[in-house]
Amino acid sequence: MSRTANALATPGAKLIGYFPAGYPTLDASVEAAVAMCESGIDVLEFGVPYSDPVMDGLVIQHATEEALRNGFKLKNLFDAVREITSRVQTPVLVMTYWNPVLQFGVAEFARELAASGAAGMITPDLIPDEAAEWLRISDELGLDRVFLSTPTSSDQRAATTTNLSRGFVYAVSTMGITGAREDLDKLARGVVAKIRNADPEQKVAVGIGISTNEQVKEVNEYADGAIVGSVFVTSYQEGGIEALKSKVRELVAGLN
Amino acid sequence: MSESLRAQTGPYFGEFGGRFVPESLIAALDELEATYKAAKSDPAFRAELAELHKNYTGRPSIITEAKRFAEHAGGARILLKREDLNHTGSHKINNVLGQALLAKRMGKKRIIAETGAGQHGVASATAAALFGLECVVYMGQVDTERQALNVARMKLLGAEVVPVTTGSKTLKDAINEALRDWVTNVDTTHYLLGTVAGPHPFPEMVRDFHSVIGNEAREQMLRDFGGLPTAVAACVGGGSNAIGIFHAFLDDENVRLFGFEAAGDGMDTDRHAATLNYGKPGVLHGARSYLLQDEDGQTVESHSISAGLDYPGVGPEHSWLKDLGRAEYFGISDAEAMDALRLMSRTEGIIPAIETAHALAGALKLGPQLGEGSSILINLSGRGDKDMETAAKYFGLLDAK
Repeated sequence: MSRTANALATPGAKLIGYFPAGYPTLDASVEAAVAMCESGIDVLEFGVPYSDPVMDGLVIQHATEEALRNGFKLKNLFDAVREITSRVQTPVLVMTYWNPVLQFGVAEFARELAASGAAGMITPDLIPDEAAEWLRISDELGLDRVFLSTPTSSDQRAATTTNLSRGFVYAVSTMGITGAREDLDKLARGVVAKIRNADPEQKVAVGIGISTNEQVKEVNEYADGAIVGSVFVTSYQEGGIEALKSKVRELVAGLN
Repeated sequence: MSESLRAQTGPYFGEFGGRFVPESLIAALDELEATYKAAKSDPAFRAELAELHKNYTGRPSIITEAKRFAEHAGGARILLKREDLNHTGSHKINNVLGQALLAKRMGKKRIIAETGAGQHGVASATAAALFGLECVVYMGQVDTERQALNVARMKLLGAEVVPVTTGSKTLKDAINEALRDWVTNVDTTHYLLGTVAGPHPFPEMVRDFHSVIGNEAREQMLRDFGGLPTAVAACVGGGSNAIGIFHAFLDDENVRLFGFEAAGDGMDTDRHAATLNYGKPGVLHGARSYLLQDEDGQTVESHSISAGLDYPGVGPEHSWLKDLGRAEYFGISDAEAMDALRLMSRTEGIIPAIETAHALAGALKLGPQLGEGSSILINLSGRGDKDMETAAKYFGLLDAK
């Protein structure tokens, strides 16, 4: 059974929080991630810096570019995850673009992930159609695999994604890339409905454009969790780890 | 060869190609593929495109024999397929007109494009003006500076040019920004990708739209120049002009195919854009293909004096042709390309684009190897007006020494 799905299945609204690995340094990113977990996020999405992050807005791109400039290497990722999972119980999902995984070796990457205590992987530029090796090895190792479903996904594609995801399905709230938006799109409800229709038991979390406590609450009325990223990076940039903690506490306030 | 290489279609060319993109784009790629398939077999679409080729672009483009240039090429005949004479000054218009017609069919009123040298951006802005579409062109900030003339052309044509300041500020990053725009505005927008890279169906579709180059050239060679050439040569960045002229000859076993990549400072340096020579298979911009990358799969920045070849990836069909051994790929340095540019200008009165000059420099090396009586058909993919500032600076420096 998926640890991530279990975490989302307990009573109350849920918050999935993103932070980039290696930003601004590897140690600092571990401290930030642990602080987010201790401050109340339910699942950690730990992002792998990549040179060409087409699903990310400028806030995250600038942060991950800095991580790469500061020397982030893939082999450090697993040490960082091991450190985080030794200090907190929160499930950790690694969010990564596909080419770093391909170059590391899909099976080898998966084994290192499992050994480091990560729950699984979110793959923003890998569709299930191209994921044969990852599907096989994640089954073998019992790793969560989170695919994306979007407002333009057909019913059939939404069903495939729902059936092949484990942990949860990442419902893209609106057409666009990551970054805070003021009005959370109504499209999100439609995406979630398609996923529920395909499998009422599957967990679904909504991401992209969520940055306030009110939005987190609203999303949790119809989904199993809200995913927040850019605003955490911004908070960290403005006030370091204390600002990050208070942003997490602000977003989880009153979630029951 | 028993099987026809020409008949190969996407999504995969051997182990290369595919659709490594966010789910957000899949519906648009499916729609594009369906629209393209329907159009391809629709006589009305083919007639409309053929009419534009003839009466707007000025096709067929001629073949010019470069006799004085050939004196420097070891006795090989040099034949130039003059894509520089197309309206807008390069081969790029062939693909742009095809895709703009598809955008109209899909009811999309806005097109976006990436551009390196600005040739694809100019062609896209031109088609947008012709068909009354809104046009936004993403261009690396470095390239907006070295290709300033093309920026002015695009603006005059009514397009918005967005300088891209992320990453290496060149073609790779322009494609990233165009993909971000497309993810956000996919309902109203067609991404008019300018090369044979990207997710399926782009590599196959863009190739098909450019295959007119080789189809014409093959017929012209047989009719006017005494038979098929010994070799066909073209420059390769993403690889659109090369695939365009190669495709008709893929099943002609006796015709050798040569692609010339940008070697930048030189093949013995790490400042180059020689993806097929020095890259490894990986995923960038939606397709699996050769890629300049480090051991972690981070894209490595490419280097070339030519904005249009300054790209760390390459179209998947080229990766397939390389691994099959059907096409051969070599690097040409900035210095070799600039020398060839000047030689072509002074021997033939034709000023080629710096991109194209890589193919010309390649032919100068190839000629002596192929020997007396051989012939090399070169895709003269673009004219050099846009490069006058770069060339003036380059030769000015040399002359001052």
